[in-house]
Amino acid sequence: MVGIRSYGGYVPRYRLNRMAIFGNMGWLNPANLMNAQGEKAVANFDEDSVTMSVAAALDCIKGFERSEIGGVYFASTTAPYKERLNANIVAGALAANEMIRTADFSGGLKAGTSAILAALDAVSAGSANNIVVTAADCRLGKMGSPQELLFGDGAAAVLVGDEDVIAEYKGFFSSGYDFVDHFRGANSIFDRQWEDRWIRDVGINTFIPEAIKGLCEKVGLSPGDFSKIIYPTYYGGARKKINKVLGLEPDKIEDNLQAAVGDTGTAHPLLMFAKALEQANPGDKIMLVSYGSGCDAIYFEVTENIKKLAPRKGVSGYLGRRSDLDNYTKYLVWRRMVPVDTGLRGEEDKWTRWSLVWRKHKVILGMLGSKCKKCGTQQFPEQRVCVNPDCGAIDEMEPVYVSDKGGKIFSFTSDMLAASINPPAMYGGVDINGGGRFVMDFTDCTLDDLAVGKPVEFTFRIKFYDSKRDITNYFWKAVPISEEAE
Amino acid sequence: MAEGIKDKVVILGMGCTRFGERWDASPEDLLIEAFLECLEDAGIEKKDIQAAWLSTHIDEINVGKGGNFLGLTLHLPFIPITRTENFCASGTEAFRGACYGVASGAYDIALAVGIEKLKDTGYGGLPDSPAFGQMAQMIMPNATAPGMFAQLASAYSARYGIPMEKVKEAMAHVSWKSHQNGAKNPRAHLRRPVTKEQIMAAPMIAYPLGLFDCCGVSDGCACAIVTTPEIARKLKPNEDLVKVKALQVSVSSGEEVWYNKWDGAGMLTTRTAAKKAYEEAGIKDPRKEISMMEVHDCFSITELVTMEDLGISEPGGAPEDILSGFFDLNGEIPCQSDGGLKCFGHPIGASGLRMLYEVYNQLLGRWPEDRAVKNPKLGLTHNLGGVPNQNVCSVAIIGRD
Repeated sequence: MVGIRSYGGYVPRYRLNRMAIFGNMGWLNPANLMNAQGEKAVANFDEDSVTMSVAAALDCIKGFERSEIGGVYFASTTAPYKERLNANIVAGALAANEMIRTADFSGGLKAGTSAILAALDAVSAGSANNIVVTAADCRLGKMGSPQELLFGDGAAAVLVGDEDVIAEYKGFFSSGYDFVDHFRGANSIFDRQWEDRWIRDVGINTFIPEAIKGLCEKVGLSPGDFSKIIYPTYYGGARKKINKVLGLEPDKIEDNLQAAVGDTGTAHPLLMFAKALEQANPGDKIMLVSYGSGCDAIYFEVTENIKKLAPRKGVSGYLGRRSDLDNYTKYLVWRRMVPVDTGLRGEEDKWTRWSLVWRKHKVILGMLGSKCKKCGTQQFPEQRVCVNPDCGAIDEMEPVYVSDKGGKIFSFTSDMLAASINPPAMYGGVDINGGGRFVMDFTDCTLDDLAVGKPVEFTFRIKFYDSKRDITNYFWKAVPISEEAE
Repeated sequence: MAEGIKDKVVILGMGCTRFGERWDASPEDLLIEAFLECLEDAGIEKKDIQAAWLSTHIDEINVGKGGNFLGLTLHLPFIPITRTENFCASGTEAFRGACYGVASGAYDIALAVGIEKLKDTGYGGLPDSPAFGQMAQMIMPNATAPGMFAQLASAYSARYGIPMEKVKEAMAHVSWKSHQNGAKNPRAHLRRPVTKEQIMAAPMIAYPLGLFDCCGVSDGCACAIVTTPEIARKLKPNEDLVKVKALQVSVSSGEEVWYNKWDGAGMLTTRTAAKKAYEEAGIKDPRKEISMMEVHDCFSITELVTMEDLGISEPGGAPEDILSGFFDLNGEIPCQSDGGLKCFGHPIGASGLRMLYEVYNQLLGRWPEDRAVKNPKLGLTHNLGGVPNQNVCSVAIIGRD
């Protein structure tokens, strides 16, 4: 049986109230008031589509061994690299085997479901198994644009395989149209769109029903036979019309998360799907539909295995873990939309030495440490000489990944001198659970969240961005775990 | 069995520039200023110098690599010159090189120079450089010196259960004392006394270190000429001589940064170097025997924990000692009588030699009454380079015979 074995979601911690955006930019476009309800999820200054994908993928593979991963597919229209496979960065952070199938999917917002279909096909064909499919987007609208209000940041992931599936793959329908409602040229940063009414009436109201009906015809079901039909669109009127045309009751429709997250692009259908699976029961028929340059519609049937899935944060967990970003200009700076002065210190050149990065890529991407076979001491980063002063054994190490171990704060500070687009830079010593100590950046927190002895978990983030060479470097940071979340 | 350096080397002369924002002075000017004072004090001629050691830390924006700067500026006649770089201990390393050169019998007279021209960086604080190598840049936080040293305070407070307010109060006393002393010193960078209230209310640089908890960076140069006791006695038959009693260096083993046993509330290197230095100098009870100290107060918290690491204060006892005035100019062991890094200034490569310059002149009773230490016999200098979890520590002890 081929299908979904597991799912995970990720919504970044910071939420920007849309009225805060409108309060700053409404003067430019007063009609935007109608888009200024609720809040949008905003990637932190050190997050992008790759890091959010890693977070969702880690949520997804809870309870699975990293050695089981047989492929990593990454879908996004906001990948940090055009050349350098982004999926490999994700796979590296998951510390997956490197002799697996990896691929990036991009170009349209249906790339997330296209990646799922490609994974389902590969597993069905016996070419690969246990493929992590992850999708994320962090799309930008210009200041004062509707997109700036409507888009949100987030990620989701599913594990596609042929054992113990929680949702069996039962069929698909696909279309591809060069219908240009939104586009970005190869050198564009901001989304550009055609008139809303045309998008709604000719695009959404045509292609989504077509895909839903098309799939129903292929599998001999009617829309009403499905427990949930999941499709993205933030046009309220269009949703009403589609539901009416297809005869769908409101409880059969998954919430589009517009009020709490915003449209997360390629990730959005997967994010809604991950959320729906949190509530799904064995026997539920779920249809997952994407929209953007055409549609994919995929039919899953939930199995008994869903009850056995290991607990995870999931979309709901991350929705509950939130902080207000009460500063619109900070959002602009985080997204590099406005130039900002980090002082002359911030202008010092930081090279990325690719030969070094390759030699140490498992340490950098996967947090590879060592465990001494003589004395059992776990240490990070990898060592050849045991750091235990009473041992000191040489070349007696076995590899151990510590990214999932978490730790406790040993020392900390909050540094206003370090050049940063998000001062103060918070960092400190962390005692890694199971052994080892390292000085790490803290993120998704304030100074008040830091205390000696407080537990932390590790999260894959942008380490530094080299704007001169357009290089995004990644490493792990520590996030304090609040007591109520433990 | 190694005998150590005790009494094998005499400081024949020393020189030190005014530290500060020396916008007017090139590194060459600074060198010549300190060198002339040093040469005159030693009572020798340039041609008598047989070998030299040159300390700089950040060569890239400073005087460049190697020993050439010293040879070219003073036109030293093709003598051996070795550049030393060991973070903030670089200056003491140059001194150690010169002393070992003389003690080994290889040279009669040697020169140690420390220099740093930091104010051409264009910004405050030390330059942002990959000081711990390229890999560290990929995985370590983009940390600054205040941020790394500030963590001593959080770990110290947790280790001894001393509330941060109390630690901050002791830290404020440390900075207050340095400003008191620096204000009296015409060669100091910062010469204005400040109140403890000003210190406590200053803007935060790196929690819990405020502006006055951090030393600035300065331009400056200091140097020493050393020789054997026999030659010194011949050259200065009727003067007190200052002899080297101990020279120790200790470098982190990785235990602090990667292993889980270090308490983070002080430096293992300082604890190690101090113990060895006392042994080398034959000191049994440093709290009773040491007359004065110049320690590496790059940050007030560094000075605080160093009092314990040097074995002067009991573990957890430094705040009490500090607040009781034990280390004030009129206290039992005056510490930073010249204003320290905090107020005299911190041109990295020169700082170790600047500390020796202060102790040397105090031992010889050369300073005016208002900033003189009473009848000092033994003085200790201490440098701590790098950051608390990976550092280089040097401890030197010199004494008047």
